[in-house]
Amino acid sequence: MFRENMVSGKKYWKSVEELNENSAIVEKLRQNEFVEPIPTDEFLGDKDTLEASSTTRRDFLKYVGFTTAAASLAACEGPVVKSIPYVVAPDEIVPGVANYYATTMADGFDFANVLVKTREGRPIKIERNDLAKNGGSVNARVYASVLSIYDINRLQGPKINREPVSWEEMESVFIKRMNEMAGKDVVLLTQTFASPSTSKLIRSFTTKYPNVRHVIYDTVSSSEALDAFQNKYGTRALADYDFSKAEVIVSVGADFIGDWQGGGYEASYAKGRIPMDGKMSRHIQFEANMTLSGANADTRILATPSQQLQIVKALTGGSASGLPDTIVTAVNSAIAQLKKAGNKGVVITGLPDVKAQAMTLDCNEGSEVMNTTHPRLTAMGSNSEVNNVMNGVANGSIKGLITVGVNPVYSFPNEAFAQGYKNLELSMAFSMKEDETASMAQLVAATPHYLESWGDVQIKKGTFNLIQPTIRPLFDTKQFQECLVKWIDNGDSYYDYIKDTWSSTILTDGGSWNQALHDGVVESTFDVVSDADTTDGEIETSTSNEALSAPLQGGLELTLYTKTGMGDGQQANNPWLQELPDPITRASWDNYITVSMADATKMGLENFNVSNGALNGSYVDVIMGDVTVANVPVLIQPGQAKGSVGLALGYGRTASVQSEMQTGVNAYRLYNNFSSIQNVVLEKVEGIHKFACVQLQNTMMGRDIIRDTTLEIFNTKDVNDWNPPVTVSKDHQKILASSPDADLWEAFDHSVGIHFNLSIDLNTCTGCAACVIACNSENNVPVVGKNEVRRSRDMHWIRIDRYYSSEGSFADDTEKKDNISGLGSSLSNYAELESASANPQVAFQPLMCQHCNHAPCETVCPVAATSHGRQGQNQMVYNRCVGTRYCANNCPYKVRRFNWFLYAKNDEFDYNMNNDLGRMVLNPDVVVRSRGVMEKCSMCIQMTQKTILDAKRDGREVKTGEFKTACSAACETGAIKFGDVNNHENEIFELKKDNRMYYLLESVGTKPNVFYHTIVRNTNEA
Amino acid sequence: MRAKLIDNNLTEPMEKVSYRNLPSQLSLVLLAFMLMFSISHSALAINTVLPTQTIDTVAGEALFKANCAACHKLYKKAVGPALFEVGDKYDKEWLYSWIKNSQALVKSGDAKAVEIFEENNKSVMTAFPVLSNGDIDNILAYTYKKKSLPPIPTEGDLAVENVGGGVSNDIILGILSLIFLMLIVLLFLVNKTLRNFADQQGIEFETPEVRTPIWKAFVQNQFLILVTTIMLLLGAGYYMFGYFMQIGVDQGYAPVQPIHYSHRIHAGDNKIDCNYCHSSARKSKTSGIPSLNVCMNCHKTISEVADATQAEGNEFGVDYNAEIQKLYLAAGWDEATQAYTGDVRPVRWLRIHNLPDFAYFNHSQHVTVAGIECQKCHGPVEEMEIMEQFAPLTMGWCINCHRETNVNMKDNEYYEKIHEELSKKYGKDKLTAAELGGIECGKCHY
Repeated sequence: MFRENMVSGKKYWKSVEELNENSAIVEKLRQNEFVEPIPTDEFLGDKDTLEASSTTRRDFLKYVGFTTAAASLAACEGPVVKSIPYVVAPDEIVPGVANYYATTMADGFDFANVLVKTREGRPIKIERNDLAKNGGSVNARVYASVLSIYDINRLQGPKINREPVSWEEMESVFIKRMNEMAGKDVVLLTQTFASPSTSKLIRSFTTKYPNVRHVIYDTVSSSEALDAFQNKYGTRALADYDFSKAEVIVSVGADFIGDWQGGGYEASYAKGRIPMDGKMSRHIQFEANMTLSGANADTRILATPSQQLQIVKALTGGSASGLPDTIVTAVNSAIAQLKKAGNKGVVITGLPDVKAQAMTLDCNEGSEVMNTTHPRLTAMGSNSEVNNVMNGVANGSIKGLITVGVNPVYSFPNEAFAQGYKNLELSMAFSMKEDETASMAQLVAATPHYLESWGDVQIKKGTFNLIQPTIRPLFDTKQFQECLVKWIDNGDSYYDYIKDTWSSTILTDGGSWNQALHDGVVESTFDVVSDADTTDGEIETSTSNEALSAPLQGGLELTLYTKTGMGDGQQANNPWLQELPDPITRASWDNYITVSMADATKMGLENFNVSNGALNGSYVDVIMGDVTVANVPVLIQPGQAKGSVGLALGYGRTASVQSEMQTGVNAYRLYNNFSSIQNVVLEKVEGIHKFACVQLQNTMMGRDIIRDTTLEIFNTKDVNDWNPPVTVSKDHQKILASSPDADLWEAFDHSVGIHFNLSIDLNTCTGCAACVIACNSENNVPVVGKNEVRRSRDMHWIRIDRYYSSEGSFADDTEKKDNISGLGSSLSNYAELESASANPQVAFQPLMCQHCNHAPCETVCPVAATSHGRQGQNQMVYNRCVGTRYCANNCPYKVRRFNWFLYAKNDEFDYNMNNDLGRMVLNPDVVVRSRGVMEKCSMCIQMTQKTILDAKRDGREVKTGEFKTACSAACETGAIKFGDVNNHENEIFELKKDNRMYYLLESVGTKPNVFYHTIVRNTNEA
Repeated sequence: MRAKLIDNNLTEPMEKVSYRNLPSQLSLVLLAFMLMFSISHSALAINTVLPTQTIDTVAGEALFKANCAACHKLYKKAVGPALFEVGDKYDKEWLYSWIKNSQALVKSGDAKAVEIFEENNKSVMTAFPVLSNGDIDNILAYTYKKKSLPPIPTEGDLAVENVGGGVSNDIILGILSLIFLMLIVLLFLVNKTLRNFADQQGIEFETPEVRTPIWKAFVQNQFLILVTTIMLLLGAGYYMFGYFMQIGVDQGYAPVQPIHYSHRIHAGDNKIDCNYCHSSARKSKTSGIPSLNVCMNCHKTISEVADATQAEGNEFGVDYNAEIQKLYLAAGWDEATQAYTGDVRPVRWLRIHNLPDFAYFNHSQHVTVAGIECQKCHGPVEEMEIMEQFAPLTMGWCINCHRETNVNMKDNEYYEKIHEELSKKYGKDKLTAAELGGIECGKCHY
């Protein structure tokens, strides 16, 4: 049973004989253990021989006993450990001390300036670069990208016709083939590089080979928004927004906290969400899928994509006729609020429609929030051009295709493309993996990971970022740019090329190269020619989106989206990302079609929990015209607009992806015209899908877990009304839970020295999950796989609980619960409170070990493996733990994790810790836990201890704000703050005194060192 | 368990080495024993120093060692060429000008000078304008000193030694044993005489009554057996406990290293600071095994040890010069051309101090912050010919020190506030590491 579950479909040969299809032996072995029956009778039946045998049973046992004893005695000797120092040690490396390098991730989907932590020359963690103000956002995928460098499925060298070759051979073949192709249509299809140097290089490439066309292809397209911007402002770029300046944000189907137009807006958004001087921004979201933005919105209105188009029109001055009354009211209210906000209001939309995009740009003209002078250059693709390439290859009019950093065979909707690609005269792929495209290409140039590369990126106009290698290439790889420099430009190296480019352009106003390399980022007013300027030709504005303008009768409107974990699917072979639970659905290892409860009931689709609590669901076929995506699991999503469905892109990868990680279905097949909105029909099919969902209770049922209130109450009422102190009953008297009388135990003295506290502001936590991956990477958290997650054996030290309200809001839930009286009403009402509303309020709550000052886990441990430190940390000693799991049972927060198996060096868990390459990502300062021990958040004690030691060594006090944990350092919005409360200059001290502060389950009397801040929602209408 | 899983393929079963010295020690004893009885004659080795000239070779030697020895050896090429009998190769006047400013000579285009310059990897020889011609003469005189052969221990040397004490010991022992023998014989004789005497006098001996033998009595006494059994079991338990507690405690572990490195010579005789080679101890959690380029900083010029040192090596059965050659092989240093070949063979040292992966230890905390001497944990390293694990490295050992040791807080701003608060709390000025939280589990285990 176990094995069957653990090994999903991987097939091993036991012998060569198995290759022979009709082998009788193989057939026989399938049925029986041995080919011929073992002659046991011959042996056992022969009584004489048996009795004559000198080895009696007793003798046998003696031998066994002796051997065992001898073996265990021999094992008493310790192993010999060898240490191999450098022959010539590099100057910058001190064993045991981390080095940090600033670099930039730019994979065409995620653009972020980062700091890379390296130990003994190997990158082990991504961190935020505080120097980069306009450096993109460091999200969960960027944090996880450090693991992708150690992917065993990477290409290890160049290949021609699937045979490994040398780079010299590759070069000569490439030049020869390019000369042969002279005069024929060859397309260079690349990701968006946004790189001044690459752009210059490609120009010289197309000059040398005039038959080559450069086409930029964004796997997840922002083409319509780019078209609209280009028409209005002349540059092919995306407007940038600063939501901290916004008073009113109206988003129509734009998941700007997620990946909308490159994402990364959560930081500026969160700044405006902290109630200060009685004010905070107001966020109205019209949407079909439940997104992170919708979950954080003050008001969320359900609208299908076709309704959204009308809403945009109505918001920007058109008529609202034809929309349901509820939406009309909401739209009118939004218009009034926008008017009131004046230039502090902003309207954004995610609709793939040039007109809608243009309307919002017009509407935002003059708004302080939108910035069009320094737009984002992180997407430049044009749907029509890419469509031409796709069709050109499919119908054979294009003869050659060179792809760089993109995987069109996988991500193009047209299935005929793959056939056409095979028939190309020249197909070449620059790729890190032998992915769907590279596995079919004639020439495959293995490219390095960005952590092994040189490069430059202009993420925002005027902000230039450098990419520098943090490790020597692990494999025989060469960058695309390096190849161009050597093969076309006859240059020495791409490094010199960038340096030349920079010194003649970006650094002309006095910047230094070394400083730029150190900071990773430079602001310069120099106007570098970029791909955004060189795109010419007519921009089609008339392409109206069919799906938007004419919804299919009897069909559903599908919104394709990207998940926080998987993005566009480039890192599909990254187990951290596969196991990252989606912030909204809390499901990992899958994509699925999200359906509203109403539609699900209509179609007979269901979700149910099995006996161990795990979630199961129906399957459907998703049909769009003549395209069918079969066997898509159904997840019933509260807050999904009726008549709409959602499906995540980026899943269903198979080539060069380990079998365990070949999850989900490929939704790119439905990405017709590269439009995220499609009309589809669902057809229920047989079968039950097993989800790996980490949260099984979706509502709080009126309990005091997450506190929330409205801005009006927050401003006008007493704190005791909206954040009341928790009371408990003692001798039938209500006393404060915080009073010493309510304590069973003597309190620890935390007045001396450092006392760590962690503050989590639920108002600014957007649920982005970057902290989860940062924690995984800092603390060597193992990946356990889908089946184990399904058994609730996920090992994440920090989780982000997501709660839906059962009524219209959480306040209504509490009211409903408080009004329950009598058995009848309690049975029915509690049952109702368990299911989420059709358009629920949503709240996120990051939850890690609360480091209780009166920890229930400490008192029950029979071996004192968990104990309290005087700095406030609840310490877990793995080598002392014997695995009784009493502590986990006694923990009211369910934050302790048990190692059911050995997750490192175990073939049953064939993830990064099962190969030498993948283990290189492990943090050497944190133990890899073994089987049978409990583990949990340590409050990053290795980081706090290092901070203290650094201060001691320098002979100084710890600087204010110097203490960090992995999660607090990763939190872009500043929701998680960490520090020493005994130092009153620290922000954490102020946060602890704040009115909004409360402890989770304070009535239990655990006295945690982690505290939360009440959610305040700005529900003020106009 | 810690992240160094990758390195585990390097582990091999432990080689037992504690008795490594046993054969050599035994043979020394045997040798000494044999020598006691050996008859010998002497033949003194003569160190022949040929007085070539009337000039002062002693002053020459001093000057050579002060100015030239960093780059030149007498009989062997170093950075510069070997200088033995260099006066015969070149004209004296030419040598004067070369030594006083070689570069000027090279620049002037002197053919010989250019040739030497090219031959020696174009390394520029320091100019010595301060040396007078007389000084140079002295140095040149010294270069005629013949290579002295290492003194061969001859029978003569040993014979002289024998005269010292061996013979007298022998005699004393012999006499003593003779006296002892005589005493025994006397005792027997006296006894016999007395018995005869008694017989003749007709004195009756008391015949001792037949008693149960003691072992039989013991077996019959059940109480005694019980007590003995309990004592035996307790004793066995005690030793078993002792045995099991030392499993994994490798105190005294002194493995044979791929290159014999003598801490005694480096840290002891030459007084090289520990931190010179183990430089990361000051700033990192590991003290760092020095990379070979650190060794080569000195050993580029030290390709041979002094004769006296080499002789000391015989005591330990080590040929130091051969060990230096091993280093050259590993670092890829070609002595003939005085250049790196690039053919390196990283040394696989055997790690002596192995903390389990679940225990975190930071050198810089102890070395830089606390200012603890390396010897406190590593023992008298400067006396160790073969490095060994001095401390047990058990948790009890760590904790004990943390309980007893007062933290050095002097002039460290970090401790100012906490010291003030804690000394108020505990009512004393000196605080131990334990009082600062140094024995909390989570400080070392995470």
